[in-house]
Amino acid sequence: MPHNKNKIKILIAKPGLDGHDRGAKVVAQALKDAGMEVIYSGLHKTIDQIINIAIQEDVDFIGLSIMTGAHIPITEKLMKKLKEKGIEDKKVFVGGVIPSKDIPKLKELGVEGVFPGGTPLQETIEFIKNKTKTP
Amino acid sequence: MAVARYIKDEKDQILDVIYESGIHVKPLYSPKDLEEIGFNYEMDLADPGQYPFTRGIHPLGYRSRAWTTRQYTGFGTPEETNERFKLMISHGQTGLNVAFDLPTQMGYDSDDEMAEGEVGRVGMAVDTLRDFEIAFKDIRLDKIGTGLTINAVASVMLAMYQAVAEKYGYDPKMISATPQNDILKEMIGRGAWIFPVEPAVKLIGDTIEYSMKVMPRTNPVSVCGYHIRESGATPAQEIAYAILIANAYIDNVLARGYDIDDFVGRFSFNLNVFGNMWEQIAKFRAARKIWARNLKERYGVKKPQNMFLRGLFGGGGYGLTKAQPENNIMRGAYYALVAALAGAQTTALCSYDEAYTIPTPRSALISLRTLQLLMDEVGLRDTVDPLAGSYFMETLTKQMEEKIEEEMFKIENYGGIIKAVSDGYIQRMVARQAYEIEKGIESGELLKVGVNIYKEGESMEVELHEYNYESAKKQIESLKQVKRERSERDVKRTLKELESATRAGKNVMPYLVDCCKVYATLGKMTNVFRQIFGEFKEPSLF
Repeated sequence: MPHNKNKIKILIAKPGLDGHDRGAKVVAQALKDAGMEVIYSGLHKTIDQIINIAIQEDVDFIGLSIMTGAHIPITEKLMKKLKEKGIEDKKVFVGGVIPSKDIPKLKELGVEGVFPGGTPLQETIEFIKNKTKTP
Repeated sequence: MAVARYIKDEKDQILDVIYESGIHVKPLYSPKDLEEIGFNYEMDLADPGQYPFTRGIHPLGYRSRAWTTRQYTGFGTPEETNERFKLMISHGQTGLNVAFDLPTQMGYDSDDEMAEGEVGRVGMAVDTLRDFEIAFKDIRLDKIGTGLTINAVASVMLAMYQAVAEKYGYDPKMISATPQNDILKEMIGRGAWIFPVEPAVKLIGDTIEYSMKVMPRTNPVSVCGYHIRESGATPAQEIAYAILIANAYIDNVLARGYDIDDFVGRFSFNLNVFGNMWEQIAKFRAARKIWARNLKERYGVKKPQNMFLRGLFGGGGYGLTKAQPENNIMRGAYYALVAALAGAQTTALCSYDEAYTIPTPRSALISLRTLQLLMDEVGLRDTVDPLAGSYFMETLTKQMEEKIEEEMFKIENYGGIIKAVSDGYIQRMVARQAYEIEKGIESGELLKVGVNIYKEGESMEVELHEYNYESAKKQIESLKQVKRERSERDVKRTLKELESATRAGKNVMPYLVDCCKVYATLGKMTNVFRQIFGEFKEPSLF
């Protein structure tokens, strides 16, 4: 699907079985209001489904929302598959119930930004804008 | 999270207060206000235990019986859950409330690929009857009631509860389960849905019909405004949608030819306590009145006790913050006070650490103690409905009643609750409201202590409940063993019978009980439904 390349395109995804989506939907609306193009995956998506949407929609960022505590194994799986598919240029950020001790571990996996519950929306928006600037 | 909008002048004087449901609060209330709303004691309140039950469903309130405390508990293997149940009972908890892990909630066995990484994480893993045998070992199922917090496959879990009770020698007529079993709210918030709306509602009808005959002390459905409110609904919308959802389940059972008085008395509600305290108390009082009137006038319910809005008022999860988590202990105490002032039959509190982790034994105990000290220490059992007659509270209750009715009318005008959920009308509305609230908190228009005011000070370190990967392995091993020991022939036969019954549109409950008794897995039973019913298609957000 062709899209306006001037617009930043973001996939907000809910991986796994968890259905708590208030946070994901709030972030999706905030990014949209900030002028970005946002795709919301809907609930209960497998990592393969998320990768497929990311490829089809040619998004710049993938934001995962995880509330169950399974953020490390889920993110690990996503990062591995991104490499396999040769699309590791897509930047990944993670939100949800994330204890601060896990943030370095997520960064090690290659996650660019971690936004635990309670992070101001503006912080996520600024992060995406900064990461999009060409160096 | 934040509870009301305060319009102030430059001297910090409050000029106006606007509650989430849209009610403006005045600085002073007097007898004139009651006159203006045409307040009539008999019509609007009546004594507790009298229609329309605004003041409560029991004549003596907590004087005759304190509330039931039912902290949401369960994690890891059934053995670990059984230990935690016994711990909470030994601490004086009076009911159980089972948390299931996500694979169980979504109908997957622990060895399914979809379950990877989630087995036993946010609740107990259940694959077969063997897991219930372990979890409920040495628990008096005829003495203690059990909430089963599960929805899409509540029918399977209720069947399994009957099977375990019988296995331990209890007459199903003596046991009391409260499966959550409210699928329409899962489609609005919380998201643990599997099947499309129509068969999902039919399964709920099956559990109600079956309980009526086989497990009459069971409360087959607990209608949850709770999660709708967590998703961004106002207090008035929470009650309006919960009542319309309850009506949808009632209609399903009435279409089977039953008399409403035979089943509706077992309905219960699960409602939320966070928010402005006056608005919440008025909400519960108005909710009891509207539910009773709905049953009497719309459905012709005859017995007054069948018009009771019995409920778990509690939780308050969205009100709690990640910032300065110790403040959540105080928040929890005020939320519990709201539930007590509103006459909750049953209660439970989110624990202060839930923005970080599932509760540790210590945090769960603090919540339980908070609930106990309200009843036994500070005087909430002294007299029933202590706020009755307050010029402010009675005016507000009447205004809440109008707001709730307005919200009900909007949905009925739209084409009914089933349509509004199926096509995402409600989901989009609450998501938009949730976003507006977050913006209000960020701009400082909505005040939240520790978040946008009084942010100074260090936050305590929160002890985390660590997920144990070993329990997942143990659970999968135990499932393998059950599969080795059971009769494959019986499993095949009962699943086949379940399939034929489902296709024929029969009540599936007796067939599920048969499957459970021969140790068929939850995943296989759910698969029968998945293949016949298909899956719910989530409406789009934008």
